[in-house]
Amino acid sequence: MAPTETSTLAQRLDAINEFDREPVSEDRLQGPANFIGLYAGEHVAGTEFVIGPLFVAHGVTAADLLLGLFVGNVLAVLSWALICAPIAVRTRLNLYWKLRKIAGPNLLFLYNIVNALMFCFLAGAMISVAATAVGIPFNMTMPHLNDLYPNSLGWVVTVLAVGAVVTVLAILGFEKIARFSKVAAPWMFLVFVACAIAVLPQLGVTSAGDFWTVANEKIWTGMPLAGQSKFSFWHIMFFAWFCNMAMHIGLADMTILRYAKKWHYGFFSAFGMYLGHYVAWIASGILVALALQQSGEIAPGPIAYLGAGVAGLIAVVVAGWTTANPTIYRAGLAMQTITPNWKRWKVTLAVGVVTTVAALFPALMMRLLDFVALYGLLLMPMGAVIFTDFWLLPKLGLRQDYAEWKHLLFSWPAGLAWGLTLAACWGLNVFWGVGLFFLGLPGWFIATALYLGLSYAQQRAAAPSTSDRLIGEKA
Amino acid sequence: MNNLLKILSFVGLALTVGPAFLVFAGTITWPTHATLMLLGTLLWFGTAPFWMHKQQAEDNG
Repeated sequence: MAPTETSTLAQRLDAINEFDREPVSEDRLQGPANFIGLYAGEHVAGTEFVIGPLFVAHGVTAADLLLGLFVGNVLAVLSWALICAPIAVRTRLNLYWKLRKIAGPNLLFLYNIVNALMFCFLAGAMISVAATAVGIPFNMTMPHLNDLYPNSLGWVVTVLAVGAVVTVLAILGFEKIARFSKVAAPWMFLVFVACAIAVLPQLGVTSAGDFWTVANEKIWTGMPLAGQSKFSFWHIMFFAWFCNMAMHIGLADMTILRYAKKWHYGFFSAFGMYLGHYVAWIASGILVALALQQSGEIAPGPIAYLGAGVAGLIAVVVAGWTTANPTIYRAGLAMQTITPNWKRWKVTLAVGVVTTVAALFPALMMRLLDFVALYGLLLMPMGAVIFTDFWLLPKLGLRQDYAEWKHLLFSWPAGLAWGLTLAACWGLNVFWGVGLFFLGLPGWFIATALYLGLSYAQQRAAAPSTSDRLIGEKA
Repeated sequence: MNNLLKILSFVGLALTVGPAFLVFAGTITWPTHATLMLLGTLLWFGTAPFWMHKQQAEDNG
């Protein structure tokens, strides 16, 4: 790429993020209540109507589920508190600017594209979730667990209609929808709880003492549905830990936690984990167990209707919509780097079209566990790169933020660490049979080791000037 | 006015979750629970945005 083209690309990226270049100032820091509300709201969402039922479909036992979720969520909270938050409060920068300093604008551009595509698919899954509720009054044929492609004309029409509404609302105003999401959050959590409690008598639970027996015999029976693999404690634990891998060890939540007064605010992620990724997943699992006994329809709309009637349908639509909207907005923001001359509404429209087309395929919703794991895995290596650059390079006498210091457009250590880590994870999966949920842990260590070694090679190759100057500055 | 809105909002939340426990206890039927839950939902969304947005603006401002 010619220098003028590359510098234009960097300028385009910078223009989009013009308000986020500086570290957050002291007067803009937020107190604990904001983080508690934010995490609780963000993790009680449309996906929770899908994930809990998928655990039931994969035949996990009650003990494995409760223990696996408990341990996995502890590890997720620790990842936010001990890995993401300390870097966020020390730099006060968002992921974008920190990565730009380390990896250079061109590699950041590539990261943004991958991120945007993942956002489109995630928003697509949420539109599918909402469509399962909207379609009920029209007697739409619901997608089934093993459906990959659109299964009826009614599904196609409903998804297109929901996608169109969500896209238009995203174009009209992201801020208002974000405010509406905050209003919906406490109500949404209570809907999950109410749905589960209300259907327990239909499963045979008439007193608290009955719950454990029914949980083992009728809900989390240990028997997977036809065509589904069997999940163990380890699947649940690693999924709970890594389903937000892009956010905690992938460091995307630096964008949020840079506003924290203290690093230990990262522990407030526990409100999201234990309300959303514990209570809500258990609640939606209970709902699907009843659905399997009755109609066999396990799509989010029908199961929420079983628990709460019309209010349940409203919850599914609101959950899908409020999650899809900010996701489309974020995808649009990242995509704007490719189309700098387009107005924001045009970019959002294009993203909305891609998202809606993706939503037509029920596979995105029915294989949400795999998609979420893949999403985190794809972005995680860059979190490991930032972690290594921030904590480990100085200990070896190497320079941090090397791309910025050298005015590099593309950091080859960061790029190779990203690419080779993903290649190694692919190899572990294909040749050694390591499951998708388990790849994040070895992947993080591989990315860390690669970036450390490659940075050492890069900076030593540029020596003596680099190291001399660094030593000189330290002195 | 603000306090009245807040009270109505919390009544809405109570109507969203409370009836489920009454179904569990066998005190009310499932259809009654679904109706009360819908009423609670309407009450929450009809009142909460007014005081929550105001409070948020004060917190930010």
